[in-house]
Amino acid sequence: MSNSTITNEFALARLTAKFGDKIISAETPFDLLTIEVPSADAHEVIQWLKEDEVLKMTYLTNLGGVHYPTEADREFAVVYHIHSLVNNYRIRLKSFIPLSNPSIATITDLFVGANWMERETFDFYGIIFTGHPNLTRILNEEDMDYHPMRKEYQLEDDTRQDKDNRFFGR
Amino acid sequence: MGKITDGKVETIDYQGFQLTTLDKAIGAARANSMWPLPFATSCCGIEYMATMGSNYDLARFGMERMSFSPRQADLLIVAGTISKKLAPILRQVYEQMAEPKWVLSVGACASSGGIFDTYSVLQGIDRIIPVDVYVPGCPPRPEQIIDGIMNIHALVKEESLRRRYSDKYKSMLNGYNIETDVK
Repeated sequence: MSNSTITNEFALARLTAKFGDKIISAETPFDLLTIEVPSADAHEVIQWLKEDEVLKMTYLTNLGGVHYPTEADREFAVVYHIHSLVNNYRIRLKSFIPLSNPSIATITDLFVGANWMERETFDFYGIIFTGHPNLTRILNEEDMDYHPMRKEYQLEDDTRQDKDNRFFGR
Repeated sequence: MGKITDGKVETIDYQGFQLTTLDKAIGAARANSMWPLPFATSCCGIEYMATMGSNYDLARFGMERMSFSPRQADLLIVAGTISKKLAPILRQVYEQMAEPKWVLSVGACASSGGIFDTYSVLQGIDRIIPVDVYVPGCPPRPEQIIDGIMNIHALVKEESLRRRYSDKYKSMLNGYNIETDVK
């Protein structure tokens, strides 16, 4: 972050001083500090980032899911992008959760804006945000019986018969 | 005896009499004063707006009155991608229209799902409602939309007054699980 008063090294040092071993990994792709924390601690870390007097990460830019079908017990990632409006500084925070129990604590108690983002992530990936006030589908039809962005489902509409797969590279 | 002038209207020695059939008179009245209901969702809707606007001017064909209530509409113009979540709403709009009613499907998405071959998009509105004329294109130019409307007009002019009462029409609607309001 070029115009920020906070450097990645400073932020990482401050996080490590507070949480120590809970920071599983840290890297800076595209100069954006990206840390991984255990899913059980994500809520605590985000709360501390929001309330810390120096970092002041008070704005949740984005929240989303990723599916990695080949990674055993780390099938789903929940990605938080958190922004400090005061310091013009961003952090990306990831937590991995297994397919067998795809649940993580909600952060709607910290950021009201997380409500719809968590509903969307639930809608498309089936990730359960425990404690969410209304975890129902937000974009897809209410009676849809699967989570379409999971990679075991095909993207195409399977009711369509007029397309010859040879011409579409599949 | 009357003289046939253009195949549709007879006159008696050009003395101010015209003979025609009720079907054709009513067909001409319907076709030259249609009230379209635009159901425009995306880029085809923009092309449709251009069609309505002063350059292409649908009003030339007696269609300046857009009916945004389905109750008073004759022609449902579906222009744009219809997602599966929107499908029941489109179907309800169609059901609320009174007979006789026609449907114009504008563009690749409304006609077949277009490039959106995906879990969330309806693969053609003819899966939920009957369609009279399809306009291809992505999006179609206003000229193409006008051509589609000309085809609708040709259908309307030629339609038998008995068609909506026929068993064939009712069974076609039943194929879509739509109840007809013609008894």
